Amino acid sequence: MDRIPILKMGEYLLVTIQVDMHDQLALALQEDLTERINRERAAGVLIDISSLDVVDSFIGRMIGNIAAMARVLDANTVVTGMRPAVAITLVELGLSLEGVHTALNVERGMALLRKKVAARNA
Amino acid sequence: MPEGDGNSTNAARTCDLRLPIRASEDIVRMRHAVREHAVALGFSLVDQTKLVTAASELARNTLIYGGGGEAELTALRIGERRGLRLEFVDRGPGIADVQQAMQDGFTTGTGLGLGLGGARRLANDFRIESTPGRGTRVMILRWR
Amino acid sequence: MPSADPPRFSDLVAANEATLLADWMKQQKAARGTRLDLLGESELEDQSRRFLRAFRTALATGDLDDVSQPAWSDVRDFLREVSRSRALQGLKPAETALFVFSLKQPLFALLRGALGNATDRLALDTWQISTLLDQLGLFTMEAYQQTREEIIVRQQQELLELSTPVVQLWDRILALPLVGTLDSSRTQVVMESLLERIVATGSEIAIIDITGVPTVDTLVAQHLLKTIAATRLMGADCIISGIRPQIAQTIVHLGVDLGTVVTKATLADAFAVALKRTRDAAVSAQRDPTT
Repeated sequence: MDRIPILKMGEYLLVTIQVDMHDQLALALQEDLTERINRERAAGVLIDISSLDVVDSFIGRMIGNIAAMARVLDANTVVTGMRPAVAITLVELGLSLEGVHTALNVERGMALLRKKVAARNA
Repeated sequence: MPEGDGNSTNAARTCDLRLPIRASEDIVRMRHAVREHAVALGFSLVDQTKLVTAASELARNTLIYGGGGEAELTALRIGERRGLRLEFVDRGPGIADVQQAMQDGFTTGTGLGLGLGGARRLANDFRIESTPGRGTRVMILRWR
Repeated sequence: MPSADPPRFSDLVAANEATLLADWMKQQKAARGTRLDLLGESELEDQSRRFLRAFRTALATGDLDDVSQPAWSDVRDFLREVSRSRALQGLKPAETALFVFSLKQPLFALLRGALGNATDRLALDTWQISTLLDQLGLFTMEAYQQTREEIIVRQQQELLELSTPVVQLWDRILALPLVGTLDSSRTQVVMESLLERIVATGSEIAIIDITGVPTVDTLVAQHLLKTIAATRLMGADCIISGIRPQIAQTIVHLGVDLGTVVTKATLADAFAVALKRTRDAAVSAQRDPTT
């Protein structure tokens, strides 16, 4: 089974989800990310979902889990690029993505991560 | 339920497309089918997304709690009105307390418990029929 | 009702197509509802000729009782096209259906000429042709209706877009001044377009100004809150400005919880807050060493 690639950028990890993930793929991503955050002592994780036209509660939970595990490992999580239709649907669905920071795009997301890390280190 | 026969295993129901839900890849395939149908019927992007998301929730329930089953898609054309009806059927253990199952946050598994309530919020019409030991049928419908 | 001998009708029409067309044109031009001022005579003649051709072909299949049958699909398609263009040109429904109904007289005349003294036969055939054209005329009216409805929906959309422009106040700051009473569906459309604009402009703050909104009901308040929640999920935020005392009262009365939503009395105040926030974000991004 193909796994979603995770890029390392300095002390940050970057994931771009570009496929409609089936459940096993999502779980594999969750595992891989957690393992990498730990291994690399990453300061932050950026998950870009600008290619996703659907986010259901399973993916929502995956994101929430990643953020929770990242926090335990002292890392921040930012989700970027959520589409309007997806955002509106998630609100209606009742999914709040607590504990997850969001940004409009990867650029703003990285800026936010750096800000969080700087605040942590201050 | 529309045909009112209470029998959730009526294979004689007609629909435009029947898809098996037996593995998680099936959920993805079904999402695409719903998207295609919704686009063809002229639903707005937001409404398409709501339909696909609701379908994903219900299909997963069918797979995980129902032990697998089927999804039935039916395009509705009444005069100028256009709609899409989705039904999810399984012959699993059934739901003992439907009211409870509909509550947000309630889950007998590891999910978020938003599936049934969420699907209802995302649809114009929602019906559920479940008999412990026999199975479950959930119907959602959205008008364009 | 027995069908006429199939070759009869269509042969009759085929053999006399030119006369039929001329007669029909005369009928249409004489009728009060034919809008030659809008249609143009040559265009009308062209439409009439094309209709007769399709009509003749459908007659040849022998099915004269039900125009919803496949044999009549070309005729229906053509009538749909004609109705559509007339609806778009602004003709009234009756004026549009006249196209079909005015063909009755010429056809009756044709029948009389061919059947002469066979009065029973003539009566039957006349009745059948009349019913057939009634069905086609009604179909024309329905197609017209559909076009009108599409036009209305489109106009409503355009009005909506015109009346609720999203304004880019500054880099990364949008303003949405709402004016007039908000109904549920209008609010939904407006909010969806706001979210699209946020993505398109990369704006982090959207100021929703409701100074021009006299009242807000629960449904609208819910939509506003949902929009703000969606905005935050996307990575931006909203400020609500222009909440007048009456609206503030209504909101409290309705039990709507604004939670962490920032509200300001005026658009200017909201803009000041937005400027500070975006500036702070930009500054702290600069301060960090890039990794």
